[in-house]
Amino acid sequence: MINDINVDTSSTLSFFLDVLPLLLKGLQVTIAAALLGFAIALVAGLFFAILRQAPTRLISWPVAVFLEFVRDTPLLIQLFFLYYVLPVYGITLPAFMTGAVAIGLQYSGYTAEIYRAGIGAIGRGQWEASTALNLTSGRTYAVVIIPQAIPRVIPALGNCLVGILKETPILSTISVLEMLNLAIIVGDRTYHYTIPLTLAGVLMLLVTSVFAYLVRFIEFTVPKTGIRLR
Amino acid sequence: MTDIIEFKNVSKSFGTLRVLEDFDFKVRKGEKVTLIGPSGSGKSTVLRILMTLEPFQDGSITIDGTSYHQPGGKGPFKANARHLFDIRKRVGMLFQHFNLFPHMTVLRNITEAPVSVLKLSRAEADERARELLSMVGLEDKASSFPAQLSGGQQQRVAIARALAMRPSVLLFDEPTSALDPELVGEVLNVIRKLAAEHDLTMLMVTHEMRFAREISDRVCMFDRGKIVEEGRPSELLVRPSHPRTVSFLGAVLGEGVGGLGDDGDQADPARAEKPPGPRGDTKLFAAG
Ligand SMILES: Nc1ncnc2c1ncn2[C@@H]1O[C@H](COP(=O)(O)OP(=O)(O)OP(=O)(O)O)[C@@H](O)[C@H]1O
Ligand SMILES: [Mg+2]
Repeated sequence: MINDINVDTSSTLSFFLDVLPLLLKGLQVTIAAALLGFAIALVAGLFFAILRQAPTRLISWPVAVFLEFVRDTPLLIQLFFLYYVLPVYGITLPAFMTGAVAIGLQYSGYTAEIYRAGIGAIGRGQWEASTALNLTSGRTYAVVIIPQAIPRVIPALGNCLVGILKETPILSTISVLEMLNLAIIVGDRTYHYTIPLTLAGVLMLLVTSVFAYLVRFIEFTVPKTGIRLR
Repeated sequence: MTDIIEFKNVSKSFGTLRVLEDFDFKVRKGEKVTLIGPSGSGKSTVLRILMTLEPFQDGSITIDGTSYHQPGGKGPFKANARHLFDIRKRVGMLFQHFNLFPHMTVLRNITEAPVSVLKLSRAEADERARELLSMVGLEDKASSFPAQLSGGQQQRVAIARALAMRPSVLLFDEPTSALDPELVGEVLNVIRKLAAEHDLTMLMVTHEMRFAREISDRVCMFDRGKIVEEGRPSELLVRPSHPRTVSFLGAVLGEGVGGLGDDGDQADPARAEKPPGPRGDTKLFAAG
């Protein structure tokens, strides 16, 4: 794909028209990586948040250390670690997957914290009523706690999603052809950086705005007391 | 009759605060017992231990044949998941703040546990729930959400929810003290109906002295984690003998107003449902 890059720099307009479709392709990769990373962060974070509160320290402690570790080390190190170290042990993932997993793990440190706060905001009475009704703790989480925690975590999770989107350019360091990487490649080829970089910035702004708007919409749609169960 | 609840030498502390010490307490099957006493005397703690919401440090508890004690204590069984499950199956609890699930419809609030714990089919659970709702006078609220109901209605739903698990022991921790005065009566009416059930054992903490007197077989006066006096309500509430009971009842009912105008109260049923205003209660006891 890199070798196919062929742009006409004779006029600003033709340059622009040649660069745009290229960057849009990169944007697809950016969005796909962000969404996959976000999905991993959503699921992994929930598991970590629940394990973090496990009654035995044998489980809760290592999880707490792991979460602290992923939150407090740079994403770049985690990314390189997965990309360069795992293959040594025979685990080889495509660069795109490696990137999504690294982002997902890093952000699971944040989502776990968001879930913890969301779950912590549910009053003690809800747990006690569940105990009095003999619900198992799994059932209590599934139908009592999580449905009520969801409206409380949506705004913070939305910020996470936008944050992840803005972090995806880091995947260019492991040769994923996302939008910024393509913009730089075009610049390197043509010695014209202004248009590709400006365009990349504007496209990013558009996408983050759309996502932010979607989050608001979801926030508005989900009832404040929780996901309704009938 | 047989004992359904037995506390034997139970001790309970919160950190260094000793709330119960060598606490012994028995309740017979079907008995209606009211716990009274000053704030902080340990009434809620007794109910919460029974509901397995609080661990205790020493002694043992037997509920309907299932004995348990906390790990570390000396007793016939250790509390494990199975015991806790068995105990919770027999015991239900009503809370001061109802603790309904706000995101579930009234119907779902009632059917959730029967379906997921008792493995009833949804249709069966729905049918039972509707019967219970009509028992508490809320058959038309099945599809409402708790926030759409008054406090009194919410507590009545909570009662239906607890009953749906068919408990043999029902615990009430100040079920009406979070309610506006005009809503207390409707909840007490439902509890009164339950009290007529022979088999149901009821253990209630309340400040509704008039109501306690009406429905209980026995009243227990708590003070600093001990039952200092117990007896029939017509005895204990009217002619208390322990000085702590005398001063507690004096404070709750209002001293020296015993003789104030009876008649208006008696005649007006709405007023008869009022919480223990110093006047209303005192004169009732004076009359009894
Ligand atoms: N979770 C807790 N942590 C620490 N102390 C507690 C806790 N729960 C209760 N206590 C203390 O234990 C004592 C007994 O409390 P309990 O709630 O049983 O009293 P009560 O008789 O129900 O009083 P009230 O009429 O105010 O409800 C009080 O001194 C209270 O402060
Ligand atoms: Mg209490």
